Amino acid sequence: MKKSILFILLACISLAGFSQTTNDKAGRIPSVMVKNIHRQPFKTDSISNHGNPIILSFWATWCVNCVKELNKIQTVYDDWKEETGVKLVAVSIDDSRYTSRVLPFVNGKAWDYEVLLDDNWDLKRAMNVGDDIPYTFILDGTGKVVYTHKGFADGDEEIYFDLLKRIKAGEDISKIK
Amino acid sequence: MKKLSHIALAGLGFLSFFSVSVQGQDFIKNAEIHGNFQADGQYYMNDSKMGITDSTLDGKVARLNGFTSVNYSYGDFSAGLRFESYLPPLLGYDAQYDGSGIPYYYLDYKTDLIQVTAGNFYEQFGNGMVLRTYQNWNLGYDNSLKGLRVRLTPCKGVTIKGVYGYQRYYWNQYQDNNRGIVKGADAEFYLNDIFKNLADKKTRIIVGGSFVSDYQKGKTLDYIYNSKVLQLNLPENIAAMAGRLNLTSGKFDFYSEYAYKINDPSAMNHYIYKNGQGLYSSLSFSQKGLGIMVAGKYLDNMSYKSKRSITTNGLDINYLPPVTLEHDYALASMYPYATQPNGEAGFQGQLTFTVPKNTVLGGKTGWNVALNYAQVNSINKETVNDTIVLDQPGTKGYKADFFSIGKDIYYQDLNLEVTKRFGKKAKGIFSYLYQTYNKDIIEGHINEYPDVHAQIGVIDMAHYLTRKHTLRWELQGLFTSQDKGNWVAGLVEFTIAPKWFMSVQDQWNYGNSDKDQQLHYYLVNAGFNYHSTRVSLSWGRQREGILCVGGVCRYVPASSGISLSVSTSF
Repeated sequence: MKKSILFILLACISLAGFSQTTNDKAGRIPSVMVKNIHRQPFKTDSISNHGNPIILSFWATWCVNCVKELNKIQTVYDDWKEETGVKLVAVSIDDSRYTSRVLPFVNGKAWDYEVLLDDNWDLKRAMNVGDDIPYTFILDGTGKVVYTHKGFADGDEEIYFDLLKRIKAGEDISKIK
Repeated sequence: MKKLSHIALAGLGFLSFFSVSVQGQDFIKNAEIHGNFQADGQYYMNDSKMGITDSTLDGKVARLNGFTSVNYSYGDFSAGLRFESYLPPLLGYDAQYDGSGIPYYYLDYKTDLIQVTAGNFYEQFGNGMVLRTYQNWNLGYDNSLKGLRVRLTPCKGVTIKGVYGYQRYYWNQYQDNNRGIVKGADAEFYLNDIFKNLADKKTRIIVGGSFVSDYQKGKTLDYIYNSKVLQLNLPENIAAMAGRLNLTSGKFDFYSEYAYKINDPSAMNHYIYKNGQGLYSSLSFSQKGLGIMVAGKYLDNMSYKSKRSITTNGLDINYLPPVTLEHDYALASMYPYATQPNGEAGFQGQLTFTVPKNTVLGGKTGWNVALNYAQVNSINKETVNDTIVLDQPGTKGYKADFFSIGKDIYYQDLNLEVTKRFGKKAKGIFSYLYQTYNKDIIEGHINEYPDVHAQIGVIDMAHYLTRKHTLRWELQGLFTSQDKGNWVAGLVEFTIAPKWFMSVQDQWNYGNSDKDQQLHYYLVNAGFNYHSTRVSLSWGRQREGILCVGGVCRYVPASSGISLSVSTSF
């Protein structure tokens, strides 16, 4: 128990010490090895979109709200791409029970997203995404996370679209509330 | 292994030192701290109709599960820990969680060539049939390995992994060989990256192989069978191995993995000396708008734990992926399937397609259809000889030919789901399910209950009132003449995007043959999401049920009370 207390204390000190730091890499997607939809290795720091914004959405085939979110965005995705240049990267956290199911599922839904497989949850852990999904990140043109959102309710996609337009217009939205 | 915790401690101390004394250094400027926090609390109330009284609650009316995890990263280096508290654990979680502590901490260094991890880690070989460690908070499951891990990429197209450690078991300290030491290696080869003449081929091939060994001390065990003491000679090292192949060509994708385990007498398999084997294969064909998949699996004596006396969840070295679906809607998930590691043969077929918008069939908005069928049967076990009964401890237990499918149906699930938009103002999901649930096998009873045959219907409608206001309702029905009989459930939810949500729901067991048990399970819930923070408060009743994630299940007892859940990431 003493050791535990020491741990927390040290962690807190570390946290306090680092909390006011600023750096170029801050808020970027961590570099983690996942797989693309064809099970080929894919390093997450290679996610980019030519200076345009990115939506990174954690989802799973069994998650009704995730599928609702991705279905809904698909209906307006062409308009969004045209207007803001956005790319949606859908990170599947389906475990090996469903890994083989992801490709036919995504095709069956006619989604145009870039899909990644994170079946060992390495990216999920690195980005502190808990068990409750969907969990959505919006990245600006430089790859910085400027917005996060837990869960999905209809209408959330409208908020995303507003943000994407503001990012595209060059607005600094890192301070949005 | 204690040394590891000291290393972690030293690492953190080192970080702290730097953080307070050398501000401004690159080491700090380019460092990042992130983490998350979650607390789930419940205040339990008496509910005489549900049979919940002071004595069943045992005076512990307020319970809390919570965790905080913190990850530090600097360039190629990262470190982190997770603190957990169960004071006391929520009902339905294993009582052994009672307490607080840091069950997870690690130091990690990673380049393109090598990654080394010291401390706790989660790893998976292939699809997990010989090794998978993972954590699931809602399930209350964590079998992380504590020790050392290396991942190597010596050249493009080759990945090699090695692990060495022991597994987490609640708060139990590792001592006196109270659980096994797990060692494993895995190699994966991407042939198109390795062989130049395959580089441009349309067909992509991945092959892989794993080897795992678990050492448990103790060469003999006195086991009482039919009032006689059997002295069992135990293997101290139990090996398991697997090979896998993935072929992708155009619209086709094929995956297959075969696993083999040497004899591993344990409480799970009634201490029999039979070798185990398992096969999982899937084949899919898909193109934009259409996805077809079939999968099959066969398991024979494949429970693999790092302690042979355990029959509950925990200390699983491997993971046996089910072929059945997991359902999200309340009544559709009333009868979930739990993997039967001692033997099962399963099949799954799935068809998903989209009827495009602005076509004759699709109308203005188009629609999605998903049809899925899964069935799991027993495997055909025959006696070894006339003098040995099936599963007799201390013997080979039984004979089973590879892929010999038995007659008993463990589970069946047919489901059809149609998603349809109605103009710009509404959208609906309509589902029909038919399930067969072998209650005795899945819940571990002996000839007590008949199979449950249930038909389930779900309507989930969303009405977009404005851009940000949505009214959603669900109507569900479950119809069966077995178990607790018929149910209906309704839900109304109002959301204001992106922050607020509130809902009222009720599940009514109107068909229960016991009139006193024809209860309403009502629940009122409200809360908000703000960026990465979620707060949710609810009041009402929770019906008794089984929560399953990935075929691993836990019992959730009936309860009544107020729940508060808070989570955030930073």
